[in-house]
Amino acid sequence: MKGWIAFWNIFIKDIRTYYLKPPNISWGLIFPLSWTGMFFIRSGVGLESIPDLLPGLTALSVLFGTTSMLAVTITFEKRNRTFERLLLAPISLELLMLAKTAGAILFGIANGLVPPILAGLAADLSGLNLPVFFLGLVMIAIVSAFLGLFVAVAVQEVFEAQTLSNFFRFPMLFLCGFFFPIERLPLILRPLSYLLPMTYGVDILRGAVSGGNKIAFPLSFLILGAYCLGLFLRSIGTIRQKWII
Amino acid sequence: MAAIIEAENLRKRFGDVEAVAGISFSVQEGELFGFLGPNGAGKTTTIKMLTGLARPDGGTLAIGGIDCSRDPKAAQHLIGVVPDESNLYPELTGFENLCFCAALYGMERSQREARARKLLESFGLAEAGSRKFGSYSKGMKRKLAIAAGIIHDPPILFLDEPTTGIDVLSARQIRQLIADLHRSGTTIFLTTHYIEEAERLCERIAFIVAGRIVRTDTTANLLKPVQGKHMVEIAWANAFSGEKVPRAFPKLKVAALLPGSLRVESDEPINVGVLVRFLEEEGAHVLEARRIQPSLEDVFVDITGIKDEGMGKKEGRGE
Repeated sequence: MKGWIAFWNIFIKDIRTYYLKPPNISWGLIFPLSWTGMFFIRSGVGLESIPDLLPGLTALSVLFGTTSMLAVTITFEKRNRTFERLLLAPISLELLMLAKTAGAILFGIANGLVPPILAGLAADLSGLNLPVFFLGLVMIAIVSAFLGLFVAVAVQEVFEAQTLSNFFRFPMLFLCGFFFPIERLPLILRPLSYLLPMTYGVDILRGAVSGGNKIAFPLSFLILGAYCLGLFLRSIGTIRQKWII
Repeated sequence: MAAIIEAENLRKRFGDVEAVAGISFSVQEGELFGFLGPNGAGKTTTIKMLTGLARPDGGTLAIGGIDCSRDPKAAQHLIGVVPDESNLYPELTGFENLCFCAALYGMERSQREARARKLLESFGLAEAGSRKFGSYSKGMKRKLAIAAGIIHDPPILFLDEPTTGIDVLSARQIRQLIADLHRSGTTIFLTTHYIEEAERLCERIAFIVAGRIVRTDTTANLLKPVQGKHMVEIAWANAFSGEKVPRAFPKLKVAALLPGSLRVESDEPINVGVLVRFLEEEGAHVLEARRIQPSLEDVFVDITGIKDEGMGKKEGRGE
């Protein structure tokens, strides 16, 4: 019970001090809006293209919003030594890091809800499998948050966090089927796609929107779950190894 | 009294540097224990090992009977930590910072708010409680950091260089707070490189130099060798060598002979007037002659041979 009081207060503090700050709210809205507008105009087709663009835009919004925020906030707190105060608290490292990532996960989900809400206003999404779409969105937010955590604990400086994040994010943009099917990639690159978690997240969303998923939902959820667990445990290991000197 | 902190052969190495080289000590319940040494002696590394922020390479460490290598989180329940830098959240108010720190120890809302208000009041920060921590002065930040360290009323408090880099008035207030906490029964482990601070506050002191404890004793016992000593320091303005003094005054021991000054000591009272007259007759333009109260600094110099290297004097050094 006492651990959960700490968990809740870390979560609420992060929401207040980081995620509800006006620049971050505007980032959360402007970023998905810009991507949506850009791809919609670039595609040159009518409103009927929205369901095709929606899975990629949703995943993209979550990935960039979540990884950016978490990588920066944790690196920042480590740098100004406020993170040391958390490490001194008598709560398990696992619970502490779950509390630190919970805010980013929620922020990612909120980011990811912007494209479907806008799409719902402009196009017919009656065929949307809402529970699967939402679960997929949640899993993408979790895996993105843990990817941000993995990056944050591996670096010392905020700018290093951004650089390392981009090292993961931009290849994913290209390789994970965000805006064109993986089948269109050169054959030699396709195995790489299946090594990246976003491939499975985008496929779930695509399946939920249009039924066009290439991988069975349970398998995609399972693989995403495995990535979440792996990234989280690896990050905890890094903290134990590098931060508790 | 029982030992509440016990360290045995504690070691820590960073690459080629042996930061802590097999130190052993124990701190009794309710004691104010000083850990004194120059910058880079291993004080902060020791405190990090004691508080769970660093893993010892060897040795054993127990806090409140809990083996810290086996269950560091259980030991963290018993301790409060005030690090050498005030690491609270600049974007939260003083009150919010204290409430947040209390929540980290699982305190219920009503309990943590009441405790935060009480501490703000007793630390003279009641009015500043609603201001953001980022706007506080250094002295206020350090006071709030101490309040945050004791928010959960821990039986043991670790204070790492609590008065370094703050103004004289704030430093005095903080020393008073530390003394009050000690009187209320809190065991305090204080690291400092200010010798006078340790002398004024601590019941027992360990001297650490280059990762090794060179002496641990009560402050009274440490001061005994210098208590019967008389010391005089004389300064002059011109280029004059005081090297004739030892021959002229064989009963006096010349503790320091520097260009422009001389320090002599004796087990008997020193006749300052005779000494000054002698120096003036020899050609010195004496500016000042003053008796010096032998202090822990002299003990530290005797034991370690270190003079002023990274050790600070509390007042008058531009705190």
